[in-house]
Amino acid sequence: MTRSTLRIGAGAGFSGDRIEPALDLIEHGGLDYLAFECLAERTIGLAQAARAADPQAGFDPLLETRMRRALPLAAPRGVRIVTNMGAANTLGAARKVTEIARELGLPGYRTAAVTGDDVLDLVLAGDYPLIDRPGTSRDLGDAIVSANAYLGAQGIVMALGQGADTVITGRVCDPALFLGPLAHELGWSFDDHAMMGQGTVIGHLLECAGQVCGGYFADPGVKDVPDLARLGFPYADVGRDGVAVLGKLAGSGGRIDTATVKEQLLYEILDPAAYLQADVSADFRHVRIEQAGQDRVRVSGGMGARAPDKLKVSIAYHDGYAGEGQISYAGPGATARGRLAIEIIRERLRIIGARVEELRCDLIGVDAVDRRGHGGDPAEVRVRIAARTPCAQSATMIGAEVEALYTNGPMGGGGVTRSVRKVLAVASTLIARDLIQPRVHLEIA
Amino acid sequence: MPGILREIAHVRTGDKGDISQIAVFALNDADYHRLLAAVTPERVAAHLPGLLPRLIRRYELPALGAINLVLEGALQGGVTRSLSLDAHGKTLGAQLLDLPLLPE
Repeated sequence: MTRSTLRIGAGAGFSGDRIEPALDLIEHGGLDYLAFECLAERTIGLAQAARAADPQAGFDPLLETRMRRALPLAAPRGVRIVTNMGAANTLGAARKVTEIARELGLPGYRTAAVTGDDVLDLVLAGDYPLIDRPGTSRDLGDAIVSANAYLGAQGIVMALGQGADTVITGRVCDPALFLGPLAHELGWSFDDHAMMGQGTVIGHLLECAGQVCGGYFADPGVKDVPDLARLGFPYADVGRDGVAVLGKLAGSGGRIDTATVKEQLLYEILDPAAYLQADVSADFRHVRIEQAGQDRVRVSGGMGARAPDKLKVSIAYHDGYAGEGQISYAGPGATARGRLAIEIIRERLRIIGARVEELRCDLIGVDAVDRRGHGGDPAEVRVRIAARTPCAQSATMIGAEVEALYTNGPMGGGGVTRSVRKVLAVASTLIARDLIQPRVHLEIA
Repeated sequence: MPGILREIAHVRTGDKGDISQIAVFALNDADYHRLLAAVTPERVAAHLPGLLPRLIRRYELPALGAINLVLEGALQGGVTRSLSLDAHGKTLGAQLLDLPLLPE
């Protein structure tokens, strides 16, 4: 038995997102489902490293906080939750949610873990060409930390079919967090490429949560967004035919109109005719976006073709260290003193023999992010020296030399900060989809 | 005076690995042809001389009044490896907004 419409909301657009708009949506949104998208490309590598240090860890650090606050509101209203907060420990995350459900007095609460995305063994046993840089997976050798395939929505549909109240995944395509509930509830077939394409459009519009409501949109005087401090998160009312109407809670901040929806539609897609997902090659070229009322936008016309035969796999690997130091100069001649400081640091790093693979020197406020080459003469300038190095010792030298500018550099430098971090890089490859199968594990409180 | 892009368009910038993606939208559908004329890969590359992408692809989306620019190799290795202060290249689209428009 499938229903005729479904209301699905977005609870997070990244791991560190705000929680208040999600709680408002659960409480006042009349939702059927809420999806939290919390897994950026390199987050899973960091999570894998956390799990290596503590076998109980490796899922999203905010999972516990989010679920402790969301479950008491969602469970009595029958709002089902889908999230990729499982990261590198999906089973552990499902057990944690079940533990929370027990503590909250929700006997029988069903939490499913969808696994199968972890393909580390497959990658270590094989040799796969990398798609975004020269070389193969074997070249990365012992530096490899994790390898995760982008699964589609099928595992989520399986979990919902088993009656899960919350579904936790690791790496899945972001729109699949929304496509799964839509396919399950509205009876869409995975062979129906047009519906998979339209479902992907809806998921893509919702996956960044606040962004479609006017987050990342405001440019005062040109594109104003009301009450941005109370920015709400979006929901979509979706019919069996795939036509969606996006909306947000009355009284929440932000705006949803054709401009905010268009910006989000193209956000981080490359070829609009072929947005490659595990479930479909989605075609956004003929999407229609129409105002349907105050803060309501109708979206239709997403199309699609058969999904690629191979799934994208992200491989996280250790790639040395990054060291950084910053110092500020102000007043007349600030830029010239900043440039002198940079020259001194460049030479000193050579003198002390720091092993620097790549060095970057910026004058923040002049040439750090400006690619137009305008330059300038600001009232103050911040010097930033950053380097990638093969060892922590050399990375430490970067900040140390910047700090030494206090007594060994140009006049009037102040406010030194310094840092060292391990670099966790990500490379991508493709693996045949028949080698990768989603599995569902159900935990009951 | 032909003016600058900001007067007829809005933008959003994203990233995928070492690729920067800038979507440019006409504020009014009637200005879409001016957008097409002004925002060419050649003019974008000349306007952002410090960017040095390997390749700029332009996708036209007349139904949306939009252009999608895909700038390959524009992010110094991408967010995980780049030493850039703006490793995502999130500020790039805004820097395109003072691109001069062409005379009508």
